[in-house]
Amino acid sequence: MYSYEHEIEERTENTVRMNVGPSHPAMHGTLRVMMEVQGERIVRAEQEIGFLHTGFEKLGEHRSYNQFITLSDRLNYFSPLNNNIGFAIAAEELVGLEVPRRAQVIRTIMAELSRLADHSLCVGAMAMDLGAFTSILWTFVEREKLYDVFEAVTGTRLTTSYTRVGGVAFDLPDGFEKRVMTILDSMEETVEKLRGSFYKNRIFLDRTEGVGIITPAEIESFGITGPIARSTGKTYDIRKYRPYLVYNELEFDVPVYTQGDTLARYKVRLDEMDQSIRIVRQALRLLEPGPISALDQKHALPDKMSTYTDMESLIHHFKMIMPGPDHGLNPPVTDLYSATESPNGELGFYLVSDGGSNPWRVRVRPPSFINYPIFSKLLEGAMLADVVAILGSFNIIAGELDR
Amino acid sequence: MSAAAPVSASPVYTRENLAVLAARVEAAFGERLLGKEEKTQYIQFSVKAADAHDLARFLKEEPALGFTWFVDCCGVDYQRYPKAMPERFAVVTTLFSPALGVKAQVRAFVPAANPRLASLCDLFAGANWTERETFDLYGIVFEGHPDLKRILMPDDFDGHPLRKDYPLRGRGERGAFPVYHAVPLDNAPKEGEG
Repeated sequence: MYSYEHEIEERTENTVRMNVGPSHPAMHGTLRVMMEVQGERIVRAEQEIGFLHTGFEKLGEHRSYNQFITLSDRLNYFSPLNNNIGFAIAAEELVGLEVPRRAQVIRTIMAELSRLADHSLCVGAMAMDLGAFTSILWTFVEREKLYDVFEAVTGTRLTTSYTRVGGVAFDLPDGFEKRVMTILDSMEETVEKLRGSFYKNRIFLDRTEGVGIITPAEIESFGITGPIARSTGKTYDIRKYRPYLVYNELEFDVPVYTQGDTLARYKVRLDEMDQSIRIVRQALRLLEPGPISALDQKHALPDKMSTYTDMESLIHHFKMIMPGPDHGLNPPVTDLYSATESPNGELGFYLVSDGGSNPWRVRVRPPSFINYPIFSKLLEGAMLADVVAILGSFNIIAGELDR
Repeated sequence: MSAAAPVSASPVYTRENLAVLAARVEAAFGERLLGKEEKTQYIQFSVKAADAHDLARFLKEEPALGFTWFVDCCGVDYQRYPKAMPERFAVVTTLFSPALGVKAQVRAFVPAANPRLASLCDLFAGANWTERETFDLYGIVFEGHPDLKRILMPDDFDGHPLRKDYPLRGRGERGAFPVYHAVPLDNAPKEGEG
């Protein structure tokens, strides 16, 4: 029988071993932390992950590029649209496929709405972990409205599978702009309400200010990206670094704080929500009629309706979907790393292709997996109550952590 | 509103610096490079396993390059790959230079007979978990790693699932998985006692 006794067995005087997780309400999914505690002070901590290992990378080698999009939903299940878009962009770069403008604008809007949904859950849940229950009710109301929009656009609330290699699966429904504009207004109000509730709240400040400080040098060495990096003075944001989709036409700022503590990470997320609202408002104006998927039918799926009525489209559909020699996407025999900015940071896909319809290797570079290792280092010397505060500000999603 | 002023001085991708990177690395490594390929936004350098650590250290510590930001490290299995590769395994490390505004990738080919490689943990803290994952899923041993043990698979798992010769549905581990009981079965309350 496997024994956990060897973990942290060399103990100093007067310490107690303490285990939290993997099944614990404060651990956000299936994370496990083993701590050596002296009173309420943590002397040493050790993390264990892998409880939600699903084998997506192995499965991806046995599925076609378009089929992997359904797997990418399950990586970061709080912002599946960002994963869909990230993988589609990686596959399109691999085959050198040009995506029509309307599809790019739609993807930008959906990516930012998804970022809003992810951040609103994170800031709400983090304050809830610290005892402020109201904030999660406010943010959940907003997130619920966004999920209604996702349902109207993609047909599903959680596992959206919205993109296809070469474009998106469905066009936007009628009245989309008006509906989104209403949500953005109420979202803006909620962000302002959260600022009013927490920025001068003594209890919240005591629990977060100066807790879990990360230095800029640690950010680079660990490879941390996203809101956590931007809370330490780093300005790296892939939307600015190498603008994909239509980000180069949109005006937005990258919010940066320099303190590097839990409070700064909370503030960065709230400010990013403001910027996302700003981006969506501008991007809605860029929407023009046009095709939503690439017309290069050797690489992009044809419109679903035309496969029922048009012989040519049916042949292309068959060639793309059914297994067989020379069927499928057929990218060149090469490898490529491609990254997009997901709500948690750099979401990278390293694809190796053997020229067939399935990828030879799909490496997901999930932001959570790279951001999480520093956690046990931050716990050393911290109080037991800081565990939930720091973990909440990291927004670790077990789905993409363990894949 | 928030106290801090938002700034947007993110490092920007600078395509011209790819030539600077290529020239520096070629001058320093020359014949030790197995290959060099310019990709959409980075340059990939292929080396032998023995040279990977030197190249990563050069990229990080050369003042004109400054690849101080760790991005990713993963393994690839090229068994039965249609294109001939120098060795069966490759360990692919991606690094980012905020000063140059480009990324670089080191692809180290590792022989199947003796899959060993020097660990990058002394250069980048982020290499710790990613190398553990590569060890777990490919069985590639990283020499000098402080804590090389499985990370995603259970500690008592046998085999390395991302290798190409490992079947998709496993080798029957799922059905034969040992069941752990919190209370030993001998001490469990008998029926009717509870």
